[in-house]
Order: sequence, then structure tokens, then C-alpha cells
Amino acid sequence: MANPEPILKATGLSARYGHVEALKSVDMHVEEAELVAVLGPNGAGKSTLLRAIMGLVETGGTVHFRGKALPRHDTVAVASQGIILVPEGRGIFGPMSVAENLQLGAYRLQGGKGEYERRQARVFELFPRLKERLSQVAGSMSGGEQQMLAIGRALMADPKILLLDEPSLGLAPRVMTEILEKLRVLNEQGLPIVLVEQKAPLALKLARRAYLLSLGRIVAAIDPREVQSHDELARYYFA
Amino acid sequence: MTSLLATTLPSRFRWTDTLAWLPWIISAGIVGYAFLSGGYVVTLVVFALIYAVFVIGLNIFMGFTNQVSFGQNAFAAISGYTSAVLTTAYEWTTLPAIAVGVALAVLCAFLIGYPTLRLKGHYLAMGTLAIGLITYEISVEWSSVTQGYMGISGIPPLGIGAYEVTSDRGQLALLVVIVLILTFMSARIRTSRLGRAFFAVAGSEDAARALGVDVARYKLASFILSAACAALAGSLFVHVVGFVSPEVFGLHMVILSFTMLYVGGIGTVAGPLLGALIVSLLPDTFRAFKDYQDLAYGAVLILLLIYAPRGLAALFDRYVPAKKVGGAP
Repeated sequence: MANPEPILKATGLSARYGHVEALKSVDMHVEEAELVAVLGPNGAGKSTLLRAIMGLVETGGTVHFRGKALPRHDTVAVASQGIILVPEGRGIFGPMSVAENLQLGAYRLQGGKGEYERRQARVFELFPRLKERLSQVAGSMSGGEQQMLAIGRALMADPKILLLDEPSLGLAPRVMTEILEKLRVLNEQGLPIVLVEQKAPLALKLARRAYLLSLGRIVAAIDPREVQSHDELARYYFA
Repeated sequence: MTSLLATTLPSRFRWTDTLAWLPWIISAGIVGYAFLSGGYVVTLVVFALIYAVFVIGLNIFMGFTNQVSFGQNAFAAISGYTSAVLTTAYEWTTLPAIAVGVALAVLCAFLIGYPTLRLKGHYLAMGTLAIGLITYEISVEWSSVTQGYMGISGIPPLGIGAYEVTSDRGQLALLVVIVLILTFMSARIRTSRLGRAFFAVAGSEDAARALGVDVARYKLASFILSAACAALAGSLFVHVVGFVSPEVFGLHMVILSFTMLYVGGIGTVAGPLLGALIVSLLPDTFRAFKDYQDLAYGAVLILLLIYAPRGLAALFDRYVPAKKVGGAP
């Protein structure tokens, strides 16, 4: 597992909301072009882990991106380096159109129209439906379409690594599969992904490695190939 | 927000597109009627337009950026008093006095906003309310400059150099131009990169941050833009009335401007103007009710909140798809 330099490496990462410590000294890493799943029950600290990487919560410990320490409590600086979060509940901007949401994704883009068009073409290739819905108010779309928009918007930022917080939440199984399939395509194109997911079997189909979080700690590193049945997974959960 | 009508292609004409013009047509109708009929209605509409300037600013901060401020009247007071003092005690002409007043208010907004905007929700509301109350107290107590409750009278009317706009209709025309310019600016802001950042902050601060939007900076920018409009309204008011006292910029101004913003349509472009006109004229339309005038006014406000909870302009705005499609930011 100790391949070259990991693209993202968290060491002793902890996070707290007031007096509650939601994340307790977590060590994890993501290698180039790797899809890593973070599993665990409700309240395990999965979302907090992503928020801690982004610097959206009060944290301790360090996060290194491509060998360099990330600034803490400066989410804008983290995002500027290409670490892009698709937040839980999608975080799309409801009153704005699909086009405007995508424009916000490319908010840090300094280059001209050409680069913007290139990124947008990539998003449309992945989610043709967004192209059809460009002028629609984002809040009026279906849950699946909103999730597509949330991922599309993140791609407009030209991410170097994508952090996804429960993209399957509240979606019909068929839509869920469709979205996860797109994530697989993105990952095969070389994009490293951290996928937080409560539905472990789904995530394990895609992931090369998985961490299991429980009560704010990583309790197991899972090799998906070794987990062939529900029973084995359940053992991890209840061990 | 769940509008199924907005799913059609943007290029095709739909009859609902014309509905989007209705708030403008109604506003133009009211102003046109006032201009033609003259007299008391002109005075009402002139005040409505000054308030529209104030509410356009309030809308940028509260509607676009989804923050709360009960203290924008402070900036109207700062600029209004600056205008009044400079033109009376120091005999400045109107235009430079307004410019200095607005600049001073903007500077205050920067100094006040920088620490205050770290507050959120109710705390921000309380903090800004305090700003308004403090400014009121200063305008009462600093009597060597403000002349306390007595106020300052003899403030010259609006004008450029030697040319003064003194007639009711002249003031009305001038204010229409100012409101149109500000409305156009607010429409441009809404569809610009700046406006998208405001709306992102409004939607979710964390999501905005995660996309690289500097939330604190845009909150401050929005606050300052809003304060600049409030300041301009304050100066316009003292020059139109020719008199200023602490009560002019009191809590009443806050309540009235909030009513206008919500009745007109918070977050819309046409809302501030429509709201300012309707709320200004509504009480007088019920004058025939005599003792029950306030009752009728209140009843109508309640009905508006029930049947148009997002304001009158939003009734039509809802059907309008965003105009810009694709393209670079």
C-alpha cells in the first residue's frame, strides 16, 4: 500500500464542534488516481472528515496535499489548490439557473472563455442532461439532476481531487447507480476521489480502498476485494 | 421555487415572458399618473422614490446576499446630516455635499461592517439594530452640529451648480432617473460575477467557501453597496424636504423599508421600486375608511403576505428563466 507519494495525506486530523470532538486523530491518505471510500454509520464523523480537510471546521493535525501542508481555517485557499468538495445535500444554489451554478463552479478561473468552454464541454459530456437544463432554475430540478449539477459544478473548478459527501443521499436506486457510474468514469480518467458513503456495498464496488469510521476514529482499512458478502462487511461494522 | 413552467427551451417565446414586465408597467403607471395629476400625489411618489433608493440597497444586502440589517438607517442619517451641515453651516453646493455624505457613510459602513459581519443571523440583526440606535442618539445629543431635536432647516434643494430643481415635477423626474439608474445597476449586479457570489453566500456559506468564494469579502462588499444606497437616499431626503431631524432616520424608516422590501419582493430587481410605491400610496388609498384607515392598510398587508409571500414582483419573476445561457463568466 505504501506506493509513491500520496496526493492527499491527513495525519492526526481531529475536528471539534464546540466541546464535541467529532473526529479523533485520523490518519488517512489518497494516492494518485485512486478512489477511496469512507464508510461508517450515521454520526461516525464521515462528513466531518471532509469538512476538516476543507478547513470548514476547527481542526487539529495536518493535511498535506502533494507534499505541502494545507493552510487550516482557510477554505478558499484549500479550494484554490483544486481540492473541491461536493457537500452533503448537494449545496446547489436553488434560486439560480443551472448555467449560473456552473459559472460559480468556475469561480476561481482566471483564464478566458476557451478554458471555460472546455470545462463545460467536459461536464456536458458526462451529464448531457445539464446541457438541456441550462436555463432552468436549479432548485426546480429532480434530486438526481441536482446531484449531477453539484458534481458538474465541482468539475467546473477543474478539481485535482474530488471530495463527495453522500452523493446517493435521497436518490432512487436507478439514479444512484447512474451517478456512481459517472464517478467511476471520472476516476478512470485519472481523477482521485474520496467518496463518503453510508451505503457501503455501493461504494465498495467502485473503491480501491476503503476506510471504516466509527465514533470519530478509523477502525478499519478495508480492501474491497476481500469483502465479498454482506456478512463480512457486517463483521467490520460490529467488530 | 418549484416551477415546472421553467423547463421549456430558453429561445422560445412564451406569453409568461410578458408577465415579467408587469411590475415595471404598474410602477410606470403610478409614476406617470402622479406626474400628470400633480399636487399631493407627486409628493407621495417623490418620497416613495427616495425610499426606493434606500430599499434597492437593502435588497442587495438582504435579498441578494441573504443577510439581515436593521441599521441601514444609520447610513442614511450620516449622509443626510453631512449634506445638511455642509450646505447650511458651510454653504457648500448640493452635489459635493451629497458626494461627501455618501463617501463618509461608505467609510463608516466599511469600519462598522468589518467586525460586525462576523456575526450571523439574529446576532447580526441585533448588532445592526444597535448601529441604527447609536446613530440616532448621536444625532440627538451632538446638538452643536445637529441641533438636536430641533433639527436643521433651510437646506437647499437638489441641483447642479446654480441650477436648482425646485418644482414638484422636476424633483419627480430627477428621482425617476436616479431610481432607474440604480435599478439598472442592481439588475446588472444580479447577473454578474459579483451577484453570483452574493447569491452563493446567500445559498450556503460553506458551499460558497468550498468553491473558493471569499465569503467575508463579499458580505462586506454587499453591505457597503447597500449602505451607499441608504446614504444617497438620506441625502436626497434632506434636500427634497429642506429639513432634517433625528426622527427622519429613526426606527420608523427601518420598519417602512422592510415592509416595502417584503411587499415588493425580496431578492427581485423590480421589487424595491414596486414595494416602495405601493406601501407609500396604500395608506392614502384607504382615506375614505376614515377611522378604519390603518385597519384596512394592515389587512391588505396581511393579505399580501399570505397570497404573495415572496412579494409582488416575485409573483411574475418566478416564471422567468435566467436570461443568460452558457458562456464564460
